Amino acid sequence: MPWNDKRPLSPHLQIYKLPLTAKLSVLHRGTGVVLALGLILLVIVVASAASGESAWASIRWLLSSWLGYLVLIGFTASLYYHFCNGIRHLFWDMDKGLDLKTAKKSALWVIIATIVLTVFTWTLALYG
Amino acid sequence: MGNIRSLTLKNIISAATSARNGTGHFIWQRLSALLLIPLVLWFCLSIAFLPDASYATAISWLSSPFNAVLMIVTLISGFYHGALGIQTILEDYTSSESTHRAVLISNVLLFLFAALGIYSVLKIAFSS
Repeated sequence: MPWNDKRPLSPHLQIYKLPLTAKLSVLHRGTGVVLALGLILLVIVVASAASGESAWASIRWLLSSWLGYLVLIGFTASLYYHFCNGIRHLFWDMDKGLDLKTAKKSALWVIIATIVLTVFTWTLALYG
Repeated sequence: MGNIRSLTLKNIISAATSARNGTGHFIWQRLSALLLIPLVLWFCLSIAFLPDASYATAISWLSSPFNAVLMIVTLISGFYHGALGIQTILEDYTSSESTHRAVLISNVLLFLFAALGIYSVLKIAFSS
């Protein structure tokens, strides 16, 4: 049936302002897919190490470029985000923290923890 | 796996990808998530604590039995968790006709990368 109803529609995704908790939910799936790609990169790095010094040198050169650092920092942040929000999900599975007030509060904690863990890890990696 | 009545390719694909396997899928997603909590922390901190990114450092780190075993466990649980997650996303956003094929392709692809990763870790661990 063709859509010719002139009455106003409910808000579209482009117009509707998603609440923070909904944005984080989308981000959980997004980072999940990103991390599957990250695992593939990890395998490429480990396979390079296994195939010898020259392969290692190539992947090292690639990943220590500014673009490489950007990708690695992105993967680190995705990993920590998915990690923290995943723990939040596990608490929900145990029926804990599901009320709106706690869910909003834990959303903020997930964001803070992601930033702190990412900065901490990279400070350790570069200056530790 | 669902019941396979006759061994046609279509039945095998259908049994291997979704049919009546929801609860198991749900439980394994959570179990692999729990297992990945300590593994992710071990992985990130170990890499961040490495003194440099040289070939010798990478090989000596991966050839320690402790690191090699944990790396293999991380690859298995990580790829498994990722395959389950991508399957969930595909089931949510694709029509059932194309879902089976897409899930099969993603599972096979991730399985191959996991195999390459495990082989590479073993090669490094046993050859040095």
